[in-house]
Order: sequence, then C-alpha cells, then structure tokens
Amino acid sequence: MSIYFTLARRELAAFFLSVTGYVIIAAVTLLVGLSFVVLLTNLGTDPQSAPVTEIFYGTFCFWLIILVAGPVITMRLFALEKSSGTFETLMTTPVSDFAVVAAKFTAALVFYLVMWLPLLACLFFVSHFANEPGALAPGTVGGTFLGILLVGALFLSLGCFASAISRTQMTAAILSFMLGVTLFSLGFLAAAIPATAQWQTSVLSFFGLFGQMRDFSRGVVDTRAVIFYLSLTLFFLFLTLRAVESRRWK
Amino acid sequence: MIEVTDLTKRYAGRTAVAGISFAVGRGEIVGLLGPNGAGKSTTMRILSGFLPATSGTVRVAGYDVFYESEEVRRRIGFMPENNPLYPEMRVREYLKFRARLKGLGWGASRARVDTVMEQCGLTEVRRRIIGQLSKGYRQRVGLADALVHEPELIILDEPTIGLDPNQIRSVRQLIKSLAGKHTVLISTHILPEAEMMCSRMLILYEGKILAADTPENLQRLMAGGSQVIAEIAAPAEELRKVWAEMPEIEQYDVSAAEGEFQRCALTPRDGYDLRSAVYNLAREHGWKLRELTRSRHSLEDIYVQVTKPSEEEEI
Repeated sequence: MSIYFTLARRELAAFFLSVTGYVIIAAVTLLVGLSFVVLLTNLGTDPQSAPVTEIFYGTFCFWLIILVAGPVITMRLFALEKSSGTFETLMTTPVSDFAVVAAKFTAALVFYLVMWLPLLACLFFVSHFANEPGALAPGTVGGTFLGILLVGALFLSLGCFASAISRTQMTAAILSFMLGVTLFSLGFLAAAIPATAQWQTSVLSFFGLFGQMRDFSRGVVDTRAVIFYLSLTLFFLFLTLRAVESRRWK
Repeated sequence: MIEVTDLTKRYAGRTAVAGISFAVGRGEIVGLLGPNGAGKSTTMRILSGFLPATSGTVRVAGYDVFYESEEVRRRIGFMPENNPLYPEMRVREYLKFRARLKGLGWGASRARVDTVMEQCGLTEVRRRIIGQLSKGYRQRVGLADALVHEPELIILDEPTIGLDPNQIRSVRQLIKSLAGKHTVLISTHILPEAEMMCSRMLILYEGKILAADTPENLQRLMAGGSQVIAEIAAPAEELRKVWAEMPEIEQYDVSAAEGEFQRCALTPRDGYDLRSAVYNLAREHGWKLRELTRSRHSLEDIYVQVTKPSEEEEI
C-alpha cells in the first residue's frame, strides 16, 4: 500500500515538475472562462430557466476539454517510461503491475480534478455577481462534478490503455483521442439508426454521454449511467493491466 | 547466487541467447563480455525479471526469476543500459523514491540514501535536478539507485559507457569496492575494464558462452602462442643451428634485419620463458644482442580471436 502511495505521489508530482501540467491547467482555465463569458453574454440578452451548469455542459468547450484533456494527461504515463527506458528500472523493483497501473491512474485522476477547479470559481462569480444563487446549488454543482469525475475517469482509463500499448507519447495521444471520439460518437449513432432496430438502439443509448451528462449537470444522478461509467472504466483499466503484464507473455 | 541453466531467449525470428548455462557464487564480480548484440543485455534483463526466458531456468539466491519474481527483485539492484532516470527529479528525492519503492521504510530510506550518496560521491549534488547533471554524475545516481536497498546481487549493464577516463576510473573503483559484500554482474564490451574489475569473465558471442574463466587463466590458455623476439648480430646459419639444438624451442624463424642483425622469432614449448636462455647464449658466443622481447597474447587478442565472425558467416 505504501508503495502505491509512493508511486502515485511521484506520478502526480511529475505533472507539476514539468511545464506540461501548468500548460494544461492554463488552457482549461482559458476555455472554461471563455465559455462562461460567452454564456453569460447570451444569458444577458436571452434569459433561460435551466441551471447555468446545464447550459455550460452543452457548450463546445466542455466537450473539447473532455476529449482532449484525457489523451494529453495520460499519454505520458506508460509511453514516456517505455521510450526513456525508466519502465525497466520501475518494473525491476519489487512493485506489482497492479500497483503501477492503479497509482498512475489515480495520479491522472487527481490531476484531472485539480484541472477542473477553475470551473468552481466561474460558478462562484455567476452566483455572486449575477445574483443567481442557483448557480452554486449543492445539487447541480455536486452532480456536475460527479459527471465530470465519471466521464473523466472513463476517458483517462482509455488513455491509460492507449499509453500502455504505445511506445511513443504521440501514438498514445492519437490512439486515445480516436478511442475517445469513437466512444463519444456512439451515443449519436442511436439517433441516426432507424427506430425499427430495437435492441441496437437500446444498447447504443447507454453510450449517450451527451444525454447522461445533461442529467448530471441538472443534479440528477442516474445509477444506470454511474454503473455504465464505472464498469467501462474498470474494463479499460483491466485491459491496461493486461497490456503491462503482456511483456511477460512474449 | 546465480544459477542459469540452458537459458534461451528468442525474439520474433531471432535467437538472442542460445542455451547458455553458468553459475555465479556469492561475493564474486563477474564480467559479461561480448560485442554489441551478443546477448548481454537480454541475459541481464532476464536475470532481473524484466523479460521472461523462452526456455531454461534462472535462479537468483535460490528463487526462480519467473515464478518468484518479486522475491528476486527484492534482492537485486539493476542498472539497465543507458541508465534511464527521471530527469525532472532531484538527486536525493529520486533516490528516496527508489528506496521506498524497494520496500525500505521512511527512516531506513533516509539513512540509506545518505549512505549511498556519500559512497557514490553525490552529496554535493543532492539538491540538483538530475536532468542538469553531467553524465558522470548521472551514472553515479544510477549506481546509487542500484545500491540503495543493499541488494545481494547487483547487475550493471555497461556501467562505464560514455564516461570520460577520470569518471571511468572512479566508477571502476566504486564497483571494485563492492566485492565481497555484494555479488556483482557487469556487462561490458571493453576488455581492459573486465580485466581490471572482474574475478571471472564470461565471453558471450551470438548468444553462446565461448569462454568462461578468470582473466589470468584465459591468458594462460592462449599463452602457448606467445613468442620471443630476439635481434642478434650473427650469421644466419649459425643461429638456425643453435635454435634447432635447443630443446625448449618448438619452432623458430630467422630473417634478416637491417645491417648485420638477424631477427629471430622463437616459439617456446609449454609457455616456457626463453629470454634468459637467449641472453646467456648470446653472451657465450659474444654476439651483439639489441632486442629481446616476449610478445604476450593479451586478452584483447583472445577476445578478437574468440569473437571474430567465421568466414562462412561473413558471406
């Protein structure tokens, strides 16, 4: 257990010891801030009854961050260690493959959550200066962050898997971005196929990340969605573990 | 400490290690010597549990490296080729991190890190960022990392590659000082290095062990081919007669050198040292002697001879 914490601490520190971590945070802050400026300007001329978080999740920026941040955060995790050779020094210490995967994923997830903190500041400004106390209501904020956490965990696990099977960071990033976009588009496929195809529609509807996120941002926590995200995340982490172990099969 | 039996490693379509067996005793410093691509690194990676063997067994301290990998990894300190480190970390921070990974507790890791930093001469750079250190210092960080948990077996893959002569010397001294307390396995393709540090050498070529012995024995093995060269001012026929009569000489060759001198190349029987006999002979006959040397096959020759690709393979 202490090895797991040691590893997770180093992985997390690595984000902040290089400039990449700060660049990611700065970019996200810019995008979140920008979308809030646009959003508030629009609300000023065209009032809506939905919570601010619900309108925010629908913006282009939100999904851009989700789709791009995952690959950028996770591409380093395994691919960099493999290309620089430190993977060899790491795996020849008495650490288990499971601890390595778990620690790297935890570090990525913690960094991802830190990256989203500026959103809280934006919500605070809305509630404080726009006389809109609902913006910081515990239900919507909690739901939104739970949604961000679950979607993020899924995309980060995808990224971990991509990084574990790649030799270079660039391949890892491209691969996980492709996987992420595919997953994201699956939900829209449900709307595209004819309604006569019964079971296909119901299977694909589980992949409706867009719709599920709308519920979360309203403060509605649908257990089906929660279980869907958690199981898919665990599935990809399991694949990552297998990929790390695979060097022993050859 | 290490028992390797019939170890084979095949990569897709290429055999890197072809059925080698050897054993290394506790406290020995053993050199794994061979040209690039001979299978040194592969053997070391298998020993450290990073790669699985295709067939054969490897036991370290009595544990199987594949089935009891964690027990083995607890007992080895491995420095891979090119000494990969995390360039963004500071020296002390990195060593502490590695000590913790290797299962040392909070207090123990602090004490051990201070000890190995002292041992490897890193104390004055302990707060520096690894990426900004010179290659010599980085190499020492790698060595300190291999030593930090006081492993029974230390495996160093090309520990002196890319260092300047002074740095090489200090790294060699450090490695030599480990003898007795630790078992050390070093790979290198530089022969004098192995000659200086190791108590035993394994010469590896194309995945096979070609020779395994102490540096002295390897030299003696090849000493049969050594020659004595003497340049003597005397008639050639007379010299030939004298050499033919000496029982210690197996073979001789007399050729004209400049002036009145003749160059004699004498091959002794059983590595016998002919020099004093040749000197006495020249004195008795009143011949002028201007050169008397024994050419010894150095390990370099043995190495070149043993690892030279055979004719058919070159075609």
